[in-house]
Amino acid sequence: MQVKKIEDYIWEIPVTEKEGMRVPARIIASEKIMKEMDQGVYNQITNVACLPGIQNYAYCMPDGHWGYGFPIGGVAAFDLKEGVISPGGIGFDINCGVRSIRTNLTFEELKPKLNELMDTLYRLVPAGVGSTGFVKLNIERFKELMVKGVDWCIQNGYGWEEDRERIEQGGRIQGANPDKVSQKAISRGMDQAGTLGSGNHYLELQVAQTDKIFYPKAAKVFGIDRPDQIFVMIHCGSRGFGHQIATDYLRVFTEAMRKYNIRVLDKELACAPYNSPEGQDYYGAMVCAANSAFANRQVILHRVREAFSQVFHKEPKDLGMHIIYDVAHNIAKLEEHLVNGEKKKVLVHRKGATRSFGPGHPDVPEFYRQIGQPVIVGGSMETSSYLLVGSQRAMDLTMGSTMHGSGRTMSREAAKRRVRGYELMKSMEERGIAVRAVSMPGLAEEAGFAYKNISEVVDAVDCAGISRKVIELKPIGNIKG
Amino acid sequence: MPNFKFLEDIAIADAAFEAYGDTLEELFESCALATFEVMVDTKNIKPEQKEEIQIDDLNLEDLLFDFISELVYLKDVRKVLFSRFDLHISKNKEYSLKGTIWGEKIDYKKQEIRRDVKAITYHMLEVKRIDKGWKAQVILDT
Repeated sequence: MQVKKIEDYIWEIPVTEKEGMRVPARIIASEKIMKEMDQGVYNQITNVACLPGIQNYAYCMPDGHWGYGFPIGGVAAFDLKEGVISPGGIGFDINCGVRSIRTNLTFEELKPKLNELMDTLYRLVPAGVGSTGFVKLNIERFKELMVKGVDWCIQNGYGWEEDRERIEQGGRIQGANPDKVSQKAISRGMDQAGTLGSGNHYLELQVAQTDKIFYPKAAKVFGIDRPDQIFVMIHCGSRGFGHQIATDYLRVFTEAMRKYNIRVLDKELACAPYNSPEGQDYYGAMVCAANSAFANRQVILHRVREAFSQVFHKEPKDLGMHIIYDVAHNIAKLEEHLVNGEKKKVLVHRKGATRSFGPGHPDVPEFYRQIGQPVIVGGSMETSSYLLVGSQRAMDLTMGSTMHGSGRTMSREAAKRRVRGYELMKSMEERGIAVRAVSMPGLAEEAGFAYKNISEVVDAVDCAGISRKVIELKPIGNIKG
Repeated sequence: MPNFKFLEDIAIADAAFEAYGDTLEELFESCALATFEVMVDTKNIKPEQKEEIQIDDLNLEDLLFDFISELVYLKDVRKVLFSRFDLHISKNKEYSLKGTIWGEKIDYKKQEIRRDVKAITYHMLEVKRIDKGWKAQVILDT
């Protein structure tokens, strides 16, 4: 496939490369990342470029790798009249995302209590297959939760008033329609609020690297005000509830495509016009899952605050446990962007990609408006994570989007052959990372060597200008589902 | 005998497998077992809890998609991992799958659980006849 270099860090696959492409595909990457890019990405991103109503380009971020339907790292915006909505452009784990929390604690203060804190967190935040949360819901309450999201949590005592504005879209996206959610999805998700799940989901304790502050003004706004400050990161999504909604609507859409005479190159790209009864039903159900994922991370944060409070005998507020931000990286959202030089409302799908709104954007909370929306990039459990901020260049270049994580390069089976869970745990502990894992084979699958070098990927988005590095966060404790 | 092998080079963040069967029933049983093998060593799962399932579909790929989706759903709702499948597939106007499946409650103390399966995907999903019986290709989101 012909790939043209447009400028440093921007690569383009022209529409002539595949029959049916409606727009070119664009990949944001360094030369090195581009060379090592999974070949599946080229095929998948050009399939996305064939979808009806796609605007500007089909984009892939530098952490891109072979997914199903869209590549992981894929971004595509669609016209609201002519365009489609596709579960394969969002992922089964609707609103999988990351939340970052600061504290007033330093590593020195935490170190003597690290193991006690890890045990307490492991006890309070359930993880793994089949785990259930402490929030007891009935159908009515669950339906209320999926409409109100984080507002429901705050009303029920699982959050602070200030939390709301430190979450993408206030943790409550408008347009949720519980009537379009199946009974199956409800019964699958009702007992899972406040659980981490499994796979690459985690709860991590981190130390902000004072010598790795890249944008001091933003670091100050984030409340980074002491050396070796402790941060917490939560990575999880909508659990079985979202998985079931995606499964249900994939089936609805395979039928709908016949009705609307839509043909796709990969059945996983099954879609329906956004402006059709099927498209609207899925949007309403998808928002329910997105809101429940915000609520899930909120309930987990509530437990994390409790754990810190128990171990350090202080109120969470006195420990300064403020949310920095919470981003969704598997979602479709209604946003305004420039299309052919004109502002237009479109439906942006981000699958393994993060919103990256720049300074001055009205959707960025006022206290971040000068620096841009915080972007949270989670690394593998052995490597650093990063806080960044969005940029105007992302608005101009990638419809306000950037990377989400480091991106896998090795299969889970291959990772397990290279290292055993217990060996990895021992080696991580020797390097100062405490580990609590529900599953030892699951731990081995997530070994750092199975991922791209995160620093290189973060540098690519920083150099491309679609977000700006603020600070590096180093892991010291990882709880894995 | 259930017969499957995991494919490592495609969709590396997820789990892909090929499954085989002399009959359609055997093929679907192989797919079911492979799905739970992603989560656990199914040899250690006792067939002590029973569920009945029935699925009707126009084509075999949709039937397989709905069958695996049902297993993933039951895993979450009943908190059970399944290891024995007794299926019957017939075709009149459409395909009809009826079956009994057996498994054991999820218990981290007794079972070494590997990871969760979130869903079956349509990506590269294939069910086809081969010289001797049937073959399927499946990618699971994990």
